[in-house]
Amino acid sequence: MSVLVWVEHEAGAVKDATLSTVTAASQLGDVHLLVAGAGVGSVAEAAAKIAGVAKVVVLDDAAFEHALPENVAPAIVAMMADHDAFVAPATSNGKNIAPRVAALLDVMQISDILSVEGPDTFTRPIYAGNAIATVQSADSKKVITVRGTAFEKAAREGGSGVIEAATGSDAGLSSFVGAEIAKSERPELTSAKIIVSGGRALASAEQFHEVIDPLADKLGAGVGASRAAVDAGYAPNDYQVGQTGKIVAPEVYVAVGISGAIQHLAGMKDSKTIIAINKDEDAPIFQVADIGLVGDLFKIVPELTGKL
Amino acid sequence: MKVLVPVKRVIDYNVKPRVKMDGTGVDLANVKMSMNPFDEIAVEEAIRLREKGAATEIVAVSVGPQKAQETLRTALAMGADRAILVMTDDEVEPLAVAKILKAIADEEAPGLVILGKQAIDDDSNQTGQMLAALLGWGQGTFASKVEVTGDAVAVTREVDGGLETVSLKLPAIVTTDLRLNEPRYASLPNIMKAKSKPLLQKTPADYGVETTPRLKTLKVVEPAKRSAGIKVAGVDELVAKLKALGVAA
Repeated sequence: MSVLVWVEHEAGAVKDATLSTVTAASQLGDVHLLVAGAGVGSVAEAAAKIAGVAKVVVLDDAAFEHALPENVAPAIVAMMADHDAFVAPATSNGKNIAPRVAALLDVMQISDILSVEGPDTFTRPIYAGNAIATVQSADSKKVITVRGTAFEKAAREGGSGVIEAATGSDAGLSSFVGAEIAKSERPELTSAKIIVSGGRALASAEQFHEVIDPLADKLGAGVGASRAAVDAGYAPNDYQVGQTGKIVAPEVYVAVGISGAIQHLAGMKDSKTIIAINKDEDAPIFQVADIGLVGDLFKIVPELTGKL
Repeated sequence: MKVLVPVKRVIDYNVKPRVKMDGTGVDLANVKMSMNPFDEIAVEEAIRLREKGAATEIVAVSVGPQKAQETLRTALAMGADRAILVMTDDEVEPLAVAKILKAIADEEAPGLVILGKQAIDDDSNQTGQMLAALLGWGQGTFASKVEVTGDAVAVTREVDGGLETVSLKLPAIVTTDLRLNEPRYASLPNIMKAKSKPLLQKTPADYGVETTPRLKTLKVVEPAKRSAGIKVAGVDELVAKLKALGVAA
């Protein structure tokens, strides 16, 4: 069985989400990578070195620069004549492209898998992670998205895949207008080892930054937020951790002033160690926290930052 | 321009789902059901487009059991003009839903189809993209802003690193993210008025769509539980714990 894997990349580098997706794909068969973009020669070379990769297919054309699904999906469908499965990370690109591919192949996609139980059997979260379903696909080809935090990352070195060029075209349905990508010196949430997240208890955008940022800087941590904090305008949406935001699983997750709504827990409960700081000792966050501290975050967090 | 808005009846988002003892699924007996929250945002966006003069008619569609009528009545009370219920008691997967919606779009010829990005029950996040593929239309997924100008729509999308804007030729597909808008509540007079708005009843067979599932659910279990840990008394103890974890020097 050969598996085509979507490579998530940015600024010439392969992103971590790709590496966990390679691990999931390798449990199904031979791993071929697809690098799509414009001027992506160096990405293809880096991709070819990932451990276990047999082949890298490159779509290098202006039409693929922004991964527009209208252009990318037909090119992938053409490649699926020689592949048994298409596997993408459950990133915003993966979630945008994979179902378009699946429908063109007349395949029912399996979203956000947590494990590979067999060649056609997978587990996946439903109801915001309140239940885990084991599903078996009856389709001859598989289209799958992978939850990155559920699989180990494949090594960036050790492979020697063959690089092959492919072609495709602009479908003429869509065009890229622009992007506002948040620039941050801090580690990206989905790959950060430590995350400090703030909730609605921070009470304003100013206090969110005054309290959370120094602690995150001290720990070299990424900064997250609960949906309540994002909805209240204390933090931008790309900070959001939860069912409707990012799914994270760092070594250490520090939840500051977060009560622990189901939808937030769905996004962080696979973190290795959870630390909660909250003034309400009955807050649900303490039911999942390994270490809890009850008290006023506006006193505790600056003191903690000072003592680290 | 006509706008088609598919809506799904799902477990209310405030209800904690319980896995059935026999492991066959989630217990929905006597559980409060509501319109999928992302679909409410889709209905609201369609209404706002009509208020701005960009849309002329809003057609709400649901694929589901007889009770999905209530969900459609909610959409009508919010402001949709008419509704189509594609009645089935079977569980219909996103691919089959997309096929039914394609047949309806072929009949209705909407300029835009606005859908929720995902349903909060199966969390698939597929139907909009699949419908776009089947129709051969452009797709603006995870939208936080939608602007129709002439024969194009600009969609600002929530992506992993921030925001991205794409321009799509109409007709097109939009799927909604949370920050697109805040859905209105239906007023009592509008709820009363909705009762007399047209609601057409169909079946998947009327559209020639086979709904046999491609995915078989073998079992459904509760996720592994985390157990509560310890509480520390103060900051010094927390600092010591952080040092023991190796995250602080």
